[in-house]
Amino acid sequence: MSATAWAWLVLLFPLLGSIAIALGYRALPAKAAGIIGTLSIGLAFACGVAATISLLGDEPHSRHHASSLWDYASVAGLDIKLGIFVDPLSLFMVLVVTGVSTLIHLYSYGYMQSDEGYHRFFSYLNFFVFSMLLLVLAGNFVLLIVGWAFVGFASYALISFWYRRETATKAGMKAFVINVVGDIGLVLAAFLIFREVGAFDYGTVFERAPEVFTTNEWTITAICLLLLVGAFAKSAQLPLHTWLPDAMEGPTPVSSLIHAATMVTAGVYLIARTHVLFELAPTAADVAAFTGLATLLVAGTMALVMTDLKRAIAYSTMSQIGYMIMGVSIGAYSAGMFHLMTHAFFKALLFMAAGSIIAAMANDQNIDRMSGFGKAMRFTSITFVCGALALAAFPSTSGFFSKDEILAFAEARGGMYVIFTVLGYVGALLTAVYAFRLVFRVLPGRPCAEAQELIDTGHVAHEAPKNPATGEPEDTDVGFPGAEHHIAEQNWPMRAAMGVLAVLALVGGLVQVPDVDHVITNFLHPVFEASIFEHIHPSPRAEWIGLGIGGAISLLGIGIAYYFYVARAELPRRLEARLRPLHTLFVNKWYFDELIDFLVVRPALATGRFADRVFERFVVDGLVTGTAETVRGAGGVVRAVQSGFVRSYALLLFAGFAGLALYFLLAS
Amino acid sequence: MEEVLFFGSAIGALGGAVGVIALRNPFYSVLALIVHLFSLAALFLLLTSAFVAAAQVVVYAGAVMVLYVFVVAYVGGGGESAWEPIPGQRFLAPLLGIALFVELSVAVLSSSLLALGTDGPDVEAGFGDPAAIGTLMLEKFLLPFEASSLLLLLAAVGAIVLAHRRREANA
Amino acid sequence: MSIEWYIVLSALLFSTGAVGILIRRSPLVILLCLELMLNAGNLALVAFSRMVGNEEGQVFAVIVMVVAACEVVVGLGLIVAIFRRRLPLNVDDLRELRG
Repeated sequence: MSATAWAWLVLLFPLLGSIAIALGYRALPAKAAGIIGTLSIGLAFACGVAATISLLGDEPHSRHHASSLWDYASVAGLDIKLGIFVDPLSLFMVLVVTGVSTLIHLYSYGYMQSDEGYHRFFSYLNFFVFSMLLLVLAGNFVLLIVGWAFVGFASYALISFWYRRETATKAGMKAFVINVVGDIGLVLAAFLIFREVGAFDYGTVFERAPEVFTTNEWTITAICLLLLVGAFAKSAQLPLHTWLPDAMEGPTPVSSLIHAATMVTAGVYLIARTHVLFELAPTAADVAAFTGLATLLVAGTMALVMTDLKRAIAYSTMSQIGYMIMGVSIGAYSAGMFHLMTHAFFKALLFMAAGSIIAAMANDQNIDRMSGFGKAMRFTSITFVCGALALAAFPSTSGFFSKDEILAFAEARGGMYVIFTVLGYVGALLTAVYAFRLVFRVLPGRPCAEAQELIDTGHVAHEAPKNPATGEPEDTDVGFPGAEHHIAEQNWPMRAAMGVLAVLALVGGLVQVPDVDHVITNFLHPVFEASIFEHIHPSPRAEWIGLGIGGAISLLGIGIAYYFYVARAELPRRLEARLRPLHTLFVNKWYFDELIDFLVVRPALATGRFADRVFERFVVDGLVTGTAETVRGAGGVVRAVQSGFVRSYALLLFAGFAGLALYFLLAS
Repeated sequence: MEEVLFFGSAIGALGGAVGVIALRNPFYSVLALIVHLFSLAALFLLLTSAFVAAAQVVVYAGAVMVLYVFVVAYVGGGGESAWEPIPGQRFLAPLLGIALFVELSVAVLSSSLLALGTDGPDVEAGFGDPAAIGTLMLEKFLLPFEASSLLLLLAAVGAIVLAHRRREANA
Repeated sequence: MSIEWYIVLSALLFSTGAVGILIRRSPLVILLCLELMLNAGNLALVAFSRMVGNEEGQVFAVIVMVVAACEVVVGLGLIVAIFRRRLPLNVDDLRELRG
């Protein structure tokens, strides 16, 4: 079968799975839903592998195929097909997405076991994977936008999965609204592209773009900036990032899948896919790179002071995506995608481990209350440490190779871009510190009460479920991890998934060791061979030096974390007291939420209120009731004639007669 | 001579008319109308309509007015109160009357019917005689004649029905 | 006197009767004013009959008199009936058809 046929199957299986689970919700027992869900993604992964094998059989230069099912619209110059585009980049994303998703589905099979909304969860999750695959396989901008919007919806549905929780629904709405802002940017960009180039499908657009646009012309810059709006909203970069920490209201598998491995990487994929356009608009590309850098650093500082375990990992995601965005914006395409892949591995793993720990804590996510889980939960702690090592770019882990490849490329590009390398290493230091801050706060030390209970009785502590943020009791009728919490040690699907990811996090980087093998670069080469940055290669010496510096920084960061959180445990508090203003700034997330509230939310609410009080009441109501009142008034006037007095009727009669006679006299 | 008679009768007619609408006591109004009717009869005579003049005096002033006198005597001659409930009626009514008169006069006086300016054609001696009227009624206008007699019958029946005293609904 | 004079007089009498109907409130007097208007019409008819030269107008006038008589009979009967029922003889009291 051809690569495109396999690709269509890749799309089909998750969709079928979602529909089957949704329709069979009453008939299927819970386990069956989980099996169908996981199996459909697993099949999609298998088809993805088959498609890759098929594609690799082609000549490198012809490794791109478009295939369409039918014409969407073929009128007035528009030619939109329901078509997919299969090339190494899209298949790379397919493999990462389906691979990690299969493992996360397996994890959820165990983790969500006692949840009332089990079927709904798997249906939504499958739908999400389908939308994400649609996004990456789309062959034209219209289908891309469709996939983009579906992904936004799936994210909303999954964030507010426990819909009786007010914080969850608010977070879902926040995510959706910010995503819509991104959608607007994307749609406007698509319009502009159509206006300038006259087509929507990738092949035509990327072929004709260099002819239609001159470098740094305002149209192409506008297009790229609008694309960036979309990318930043989806990938939670400054300033459209405020939804990501709140999105942790969703169940942990959701955080791990959507907000670590797949959805938030859509922005990176977008920039990589449209790299032709970005190369024609270097200004926009620089904007993207600097935004990525800024996000990287700001999110790192925020992760440093977060006391909520999942939120800290979420800020870490933001920071790492900053690396990826930076990478693909300055031209390090394969490096950026490599980091995307390794990040998917270790971030998903980190979330899974965090989920296990939080379950043991009876859903309390506050790390101030956690300690001593190293003893209580062996397997979870080991996988957690594996993920943290990869995140901190410990030498020889996957994160080590991927992060440094981006920074080496920036240095090789030279000029202004060396700033990225320098500040990138600063960010790497921050990353290592906050990653191991989490490790050293949660794992070693005297076991806290819940951990102690686990050690002594093997029982997972649970109390009546309460919303960790507000403390209100949960509504377990509609889905909340019931009264039962599931930890990895007692659940084989969770262990299987975490185990696989831990191995990948540790060894996944070996596919791209400098000077040894370049699996990913070679695989993606046909896509980017026309790029103007293809010729930039850091020399092997520079690469090894970079790796050395990176490794040193990582060890330094781990050492600092050890010093602060294990050796001298009272130091953080004293530091916090000394640097109180800085600490407050970081804890309040650099006041972005407040800023957006002031700039956007308040004016919008005020406009709404104005519309309701003034416009609605006076203009609209005025028009409607005013018309009614006028008619009634006129009726009232006419009614006054019907006085009931016969003589006044007679008067009117004579008056009419006199008038008529006058008319005829004058007319004759 | 003819002018004197005309103006005299005209003044009588007008006087009677004004008396009808202006006098408070209904009995006096009835008397004013009788004067008016007699003046009109004189005017009819001036127009060589002898039969109509006679009918006017005998039927109208004689029978109809007697009826009125009976009813006024029965009902009583109470005056009306001075206050007018309909606003503007007292002001508008004379205005309309004047307007009506002016329009009608203008219509007549500026009419292209030139014969209006004459005294009428010369007529033979029996013009307006009962014989002439009778002939017309029984030949040309037989149907209206019979219909009007039917109308009289209806009026008589109606009057009886109206005057019928309600019997109490016992037994 | 030319026929115009009679017609103008008839118009004047007609308007007087009209004003009377609008002004007076006693049904009796209103009927009297109605008689005025009818008679004014009669005058006009007879004058035109003289102008044309045949008696058809006069026949019409006689029949108008018949109609007037009938109408007076019924009208007075109504007035007597109202009086007998001890209702006030005032046209303004019939106000039920007000809007």
